[in-house]
Amino acid sequence: MTSQHQSLDTLQDIKRMMERSSRFISLSGWSGVSAGCCALIGAWLAHEKLQQMFGGPVGRDWNYAVRGHQSIPDQIASFYDLILIGICTFVAALISSFFFTWLRSRKQKTPLWDRTVQRLMWNTALPLGIGGLVILRCLQLGYFEMVAPGCLIFYGLALVNASKYTLGEIRYMGYGQLILGVINLWNVGSGLLLWAIGFGVLHIVYGLVMWWKYERISQQSNS
Amino acid sequence: MKNPIEHLNKIFDNRVRLGVMSTLMVNEEINFNDLKQLMDVTDGNLASHLATLEEHGYIKVHKGFIGRKTNTTYSITKAGEKSFKEHIEALENMIRGIR
Repeated sequence: MTSQHQSLDTLQDIKRMMERSSRFISLSGWSGVSAGCCALIGAWLAHEKLQQMFGGPVGRDWNYAVRGHQSIPDQIASFYDLILIGICTFVAALISSFFFTWLRSRKQKTPLWDRTVQRLMWNTALPLGIGGLVILRCLQLGYFEMVAPGCLIFYGLALVNASKYTLGEIRYMGYGQLILGVINLWNVGSGLLLWAIGFGVLHIVYGLVMWWKYERISQQSNS
Repeated sequence: MKNPIEHLNKIFDNRVRLGVMSTLMVNEEINFNDLKQLMDVTDGNLASHLATLEEHGYIKVHKGFIGRKTNTTYSITKAGEKSFKEHIEALENMIRGIR
């Protein structure tokens, strides 16, 4: 009887070592939730800003493809405000998601900077960085409609790529972002809405599912 | 019933050696310091286990340099992969034995 239990323990040891050495598994579900909340706040701020730019309610039928009647300098100022909102949202999401993952890795006593993290970082940062360049160029050329689908598509690709180096389920969130991004390509007016669904709602849903699946149980066993 | 223990590999009957083999099954190569961090053991302890595995031809050692610092990396051999898979099969068979 005991030898069978020992075998099972040994196999579980093997599985754990294989996972720990090849994947970063301390990614917290709360990171997804917090990043999603940041995105929703950012999208709301952008929505308000657009209303101000166009001097009236926008987003009727969820369509933002309207032309403004502000003077050119005002438009440029509003444009920089929108960029600022975007950057602040990104930074806030990054810091808050980092914080929750840091908490979890400390609780699990796994290092936050080992080769699994380095590989995860590189494989996420590469598609994201290149995507950032493409979006920057779109802005310079005035293809503003391409910003939201560009964010969604490159982020989706980054997630699918990252799924090999962390919790595999992140792949499905990547697919979700890609679907929204492609829909957005042919519905350019709905950019802000689809962006809010992708970066806000999908993140929150993913985070809650991951918390339910992995962290809830470990919390119970701790207490 | 055949004795299932005969297929169990004595070499893998140790937490550190088992850990090293598991890690090398899913990583093409890995260096000494990363292994040490993963197994949470001392230099000398890890080195002696790695030497045992190398003697049996289960792992390969590559000595290299990063700048002036030595960087020793390890990878699994064909024989090592085969023996490890047999070991896992033997463990599985032992578990099935109770049913």
